[in-house]
Amino acid sequence: MASPETPVDVHSAAAEQAHDLAVARKDILRIATAGSVDDGKSTLIGRLLYDSKAVFEDQYAAIERASHGDYVDLALLTDGLRAEREQGITIDVAYRYFSTPRRTFILADTPGHVQYTRNMVTGASTADLAIVLVDARKGMVEQSRRHAFLASLLRVPHLVVAVNKMDLVDWSEDVFEGIGDEFTAFATKLEVSDVTVVPISALLGDNVVTRSANMPWYQGASLLHHLEHLHVASDRNLVDTRFPVQYVIRPQSDAFHDYRGYAGRVAGGVLRPGDEVQVLPSGLTTTIAAIDGPDGPLDAAFPPMSVTVRLTDDLDVSRGDMICRPANAPQVTQDLDAIVCWMTDQPLQPRQRLGVKHTTRSVRAVVKDVQYRLDVNSLHRERDVSHLGLNDIGRVTLRTTQPLFIDDYHRSRETGRFILIDESTNATVGAGMLTPPRH
Amino acid sequence: MSPLDTLPDHRLTQLQTLEAESIHVLREVAAESERPVLLFSGGKDSIVMLELARKAFAPARIPFPVMHVDTGLNFPEVLEFRDKRVAALGVELVVASVPDAIAAGIVREEPNGSRNRIQTPVLLDAVEQHGFTALFGGARRDEDKARAKERVFSFRDEFGQWDPKNQRPELWDLYNGRIHLGESIRVFPLSNWTELDIWGYIAQEEIEIPPLYLAQEREVVDRQGMLYAVNEFITPKDGETVFRESVRYRTVGDANLTAAVRSTATTVEQVIAEIAVTRLTERGATRGDDKVSDAAMEDRKKEGYF
Repeated sequence: MASPETPVDVHSAAAEQAHDLAVARKDILRIATAGSVDDGKSTLIGRLLYDSKAVFEDQYAAIERASHGDYVDLALLTDGLRAEREQGITIDVAYRYFSTPRRTFILADTPGHVQYTRNMVTGASTADLAIVLVDARKGMVEQSRRHAFLASLLRVPHLVVAVNKMDLVDWSEDVFEGIGDEFTAFATKLEVSDVTVVPISALLGDNVVTRSANMPWYQGASLLHHLEHLHVASDRNLVDTRFPVQYVIRPQSDAFHDYRGYAGRVAGGVLRPGDEVQVLPSGLTTTIAAIDGPDGPLDAAFPPMSVTVRLTDDLDVSRGDMICRPANAPQVTQDLDAIVCWMTDQPLQPRQRLGVKHTTRSVRAVVKDVQYRLDVNSLHRERDVSHLGLNDIGRVTLRTTQPLFIDDYHRSRETGRFILIDESTNATVGAGMLTPPRH
Repeated sequence: MSPLDTLPDHRLTQLQTLEAESIHVLREVAAESERPVLLFSGGKDSIVMLELARKAFAPARIPFPVMHVDTGLNFPEVLEFRDKRVAALGVELVVASVPDAIAAGIVREEPNGSRNRIQTPVLLDAVEQHGFTALFGGARRDEDKARAKERVFSFRDEFGQWDPKNQRPELWDLYNGRIHLGESIRVFPLSNWTELDIWGYIAQEEIEIPPLYLAQEREVVDRQGMLYAVNEFITPKDGETVFRESVRYRTVGDANLTAAVRSTATTVEQVIAEIAVTRLTERGATRGDDKVSDAAMEDRKKEGYF
């Protein structure tokens, strides 16, 4: 073993610079990737981590020891579980962290095979951007189409198609353009507003962090440059005020005898003291007296801040209630119409009873109807289906025991989603995205 | 009333985002779980977690107790810090004592002197005795490959075991903390924080930390390339020379197993500079207990470890 290393000179200019970069005020971009070992997904992530210096020497030494062949297998950086290393596959979502001087990245690394659709949905659920990997030699295949579809279904606002292994097609512009056209044709069926196609070689690093010298015909930015400069501020809904009450804070101390605050995370809109608000389900209106943030009173709160709201009037408000604006309230309903991704072996079928968690509200529901199942490869709607099986996605109607305060998932990701829970096993068995009410 | 010092366009900085996410998780568990408890070791991560809990419920008190699994091998500075912090917050402290468990015959001392493994049954016993249903831990996903795969809400069976192949899907921020009687969940509010985020937050919030984290001259011995400060648990063996060196601790575990690193960082700002240019992970650099194998953490978690 090496002798203890010499200490870092914390007074050096380099250390000072490193400090300033580390504490620089940056935002976070959440990325989801999907793919199997063959796509070079693990190699791409290894490359992003390694080239952005998120890999430490002891980690690198460990994979160097474990690598066979001529080069250090960067894919080994990402395989976490014993079974994954033994079988050479990715089973579950793994989260990776790296940052550049401009931005911090949280990357959800998910498996690509159809039997792991639920893991992909899990990874994409929190993402700002999804990277779909395409092998330049194979072009768009079933799996790449499925990944793009799932990202659009989950309303991931930005999509990057990374055409990988360009080194194996002689850096051919024609091959790249062909795949780009193929994807564009497919994407017309999807609802994605922002698509970028980048030619890369994850193995050799071309266009991952720095621009490739091998593809002078490509005028766009490298993948990392794109991730760093992407505009995400307008992705959130700052229009529809939604504040699901999570927890009621009552200190019951002498100093705060009359304090009664409603804690929660802002799901949409901007809340300000003085705003007239409505509380659901009571429908009563009042005004916001004050908003307390983690460090004291605030003049505004917006997503995804966790704050405590105090109201002018002493109303009966509890967990699961929703604070909104009188002129802009969510739909109050017991009837849910949603696209559901089913995540367990036991099928979802009519008359089944399930637990539902929507914002901070937990209710029970009965399945009324399975309207259709989506073929995730062809996007074809199969009607006349009796149930949804594991990893199936379909449109389902449910009736809940209590009203929920819902929005269309397209408009508000936070109030348009729910999970389904099997009340006997307590497992999370489904993810639902509410669709617009039919007229 | 003041505007929050955010980025332009109503965007939060990374620390504001992480803080909001952690507070959401803490409140969700307090609202839904019958009897939560926060694991507090006196290390930097649990110090930050406790501070976030304070903020989550202010101006009320933290609505759950704090538990320390006391291996009996603590740095005295850490115990002192623990007691001071708990008293200041007015929270209840539960101590699960490994020496008591050894005396009662519940666990047996391991030949190598490490109590890392035997603290798990002591933790599980305390959970059962007190009926805890949710345990907050300060683990972060950037620490280890197995941790990178664990959910924020990590379901454990009645033996506290983690089944990595059968984790509950975790969608959006809709956490499912439902359990049957006897089961529990481990909740990791700091899942998405990195080591540098923790230090950045300690600096930004001016959070007090035990002095062990800062460099000072200490008497040390060199064991297989790692520096151990001489204390009541580390005495020089035959042939070992004691020398004085400016060192600090990057992690604070058991005093008989946690190595120090050569450092001249005497302030939090300097610690951040040091970590930002250092090329070794914190566990790789200082924890003898994680070096056993590539899957050491995965194996311990399956047995009920955090």
